[in-house]
Order: sequence, then structure tokens, then C-alpha cells
Amino acid sequence: MTAMDRGEERQRTIRARNRALVAVLVGLVALFYAITIVRMGG
Amino acid sequence: MTELSEAPATAAIRLATNAGAGVADYVEILKPRVVSLVVFTGFVGLVLAPGHIHPVLAAVAVLCIAVGAGASGAINMWYERDIDALMQRTQGRPLPAGRMMPGEALGFGVVLAIGAVLILGLGVNWVAAELLALTIGFYVFVYTIWVKRRTPQNIVIGGAAGAFPPMIGWAAVSGDIGWGAIALFAIIFFWTPPHFWALSLYRAGDYAVAGVPMLPVTAGPRETKRQMLLYTLVLWPVTAAPWLLGVAGGLYGGGSVLLNAVFTGAAIQVLRDDGDRSARRMFAFSLLYLFLIFSLLLVDHFGGGRQ
Repeated sequence: MTAMDRGEERQRTIRARNRALVAVLVGLVALFYAITIVRMGG
Repeated sequence: MTELSEAPATAAIRLATNAGAGVADYVEILKPRVVSLVVFTGFVGLVLAPGHIHPVLAAVAVLCIAVGAGASGAINMWYERDIDALMQRTQGRPLPAGRMMPGEALGFGVVLAIGAVLILGLGVNWVAAELLALTIGFYVFVYTIWVKRRTPQNIVIGGAAGAFPPMIGWAAVSGDIGWGAIALFAIIFFWTPPHFWALSLYRAGDYAVAGVPMLPVTAGPRETKRQMLLYTLVLWPVTAAPWLLGVAGGLYGGGSVLLNAVFTGAAIQVLRDDGDRSARRMFAFSLLYLFLIFSLLLVDHFGGGRQ
């Protein structure tokens, strides 16, 4: 594996991790929103 | 723990040239296959509990049980990275393989554990959250750190951690721990030893190398097989408990008798077999057994098996 390949691999891994983190954060926002609506509804 | 100094060093070299752990590694340390069974049993506890829960809160409870179980798995992998590196079955895991730094796994596990308990407490109720915290604490401190490397009864004691999820599901609905929840707990508690000992019978070499005192290593295969059979016999009255308590009906009662007959038969075959084949078959069947027992509880509940 060349240095360039390693660089691309590194970028791909970091991008995938960032996307997963965004998905988790958006999921958390949706989760708190849903819990709040249900709890406020009684 | 001299082996510990190797793994982080290897990981550090890999991380210097690569980008660190990938998403798949983070998923892997959550032990998704274990989590799937935990989630299912937790869901059944939630369905069988007396009372009503909003579907959104039910989903939150199941999610928190899943995340809490995954967090326990991650912390367990962090602590056991030295013995995981020695055993063939676990050498490819992210920590011993050097794809993840130990601190990453520990941090990930702790954050998920705290998050799951807080969200369950704030969103559903604090009894369920306290039970989830107890489950995670029991799995990490009592099973992983305290008993696993010290006693051949490690699986018997540690089995309690895997038995809590239906109780958490039950508490999420009812806000307390009923007799039905205790019955579901007991089923998993008494199922765990024959399940794990079947695996450790054909992995005894691995456990011996790692210095984990599993029963086949310390007492030999014959005594392990005898105890496995005893536990399958204990499961007969234990699995009858939900029916006797009125939590489940005749459909479950009849089905559980059939499943117990097959499970006990498998244990007798293991006792008679000097090779690995029966133990491998019993391990595979033990997973199906628990899944079917809890499926029967669900089918009975929705199908009106209670007459």
C-alpha cells in the first residue's frame, strides 16, 4: 500500500466516521423531540 | 498483565499510519449478536408486563436496553483485550487486532452506558434506569473484572447480567418488579450455564491458554457435562413458572415442555459423546431454545393462549 493509498483510506475512514456521528446526533435530536412530545401529551 | 503492553503499542503504530477505528469496528465492539438476543428478551418483558406504555416510550426503552448492553460489551472488550489476544475466537476483535485504541473503546462504552441510563430514566422511568445501571455495573464489575478470571462458577454468577433485560422491559411499563419479571429473569439465569459450557467444552483449549478458569478447564469435560444436564433439568420447573403465575397460558406451557425435552435430550447426548459434535449442536440449539421460549411467550400473549 502506497502513502497515497493510505491517505485516501484514511480520508474514507474519517468521512465514514463523521457521517455516522452526524446520524447519531440527528437521531438523538429526533429522540429527545419525540420523548418531549409524548411526555407533554400526558 | 504483561500482554497489555503489546496491544496498545501495536494499535498506536497502526493508528499512526491509518485513520483509526472505522464505523464497523465501533459496531463490532458493541457485540451486536449478543445485543440482538438481549433486545428481544427485553422486548418480551415489556410486552408481558401489566399496564400500558406509549409506543414511542416502549421504543425508547428497547433502544436504551440495546445501547446499555452494547456499552457493557465495549467495556468488556476493553478490559479483556489481553486475553482476547490469546484466544483464537477473539483475536480478530478490534482491540487485539490493533484497529482500535483501548481508550477509544473504554470512552465509547462509558459514554453509551451513561447516555442509555439517563435517557431511560428521563424518558421512561427511574426504576427501569436503575435496573439498567445495575445490569451494566454487574456485567462490568462483578462478571468481567471480579469473577470471570477467578472462579469456574463465573458463568453462573455472570449469567445474572444477561438475565436482567426482560426485568428492565417489565419495569419500563409497570414501574416495578413483579413475579412475572422474576420468572423471566430466572429462565435466562438458569439457561446461561448450559449455553456457555457447551461453547467452552469445544473451546476449552482457548480458555486454558488464556488462563480463564472455565468449568471444562478446572473440573474437566465429564463434570461440566453432568452440570449442564442438571441445569437443563432445573429449567423444567423454571420455564413452567410464567404459566403457573398466569403470565402465560397453555400454548406456552405445552411448547416449553417440548423445548425442554429437546434441550435435556441434547444435554444427554453431550454427556454420552466423547467428541465435540454434540456440544457444538447443543450450543447452537441453546440459542434457538431461548429465542423460541420467549417467542412462545409473545405468541401466547397475542394469540390468547391464556384460557
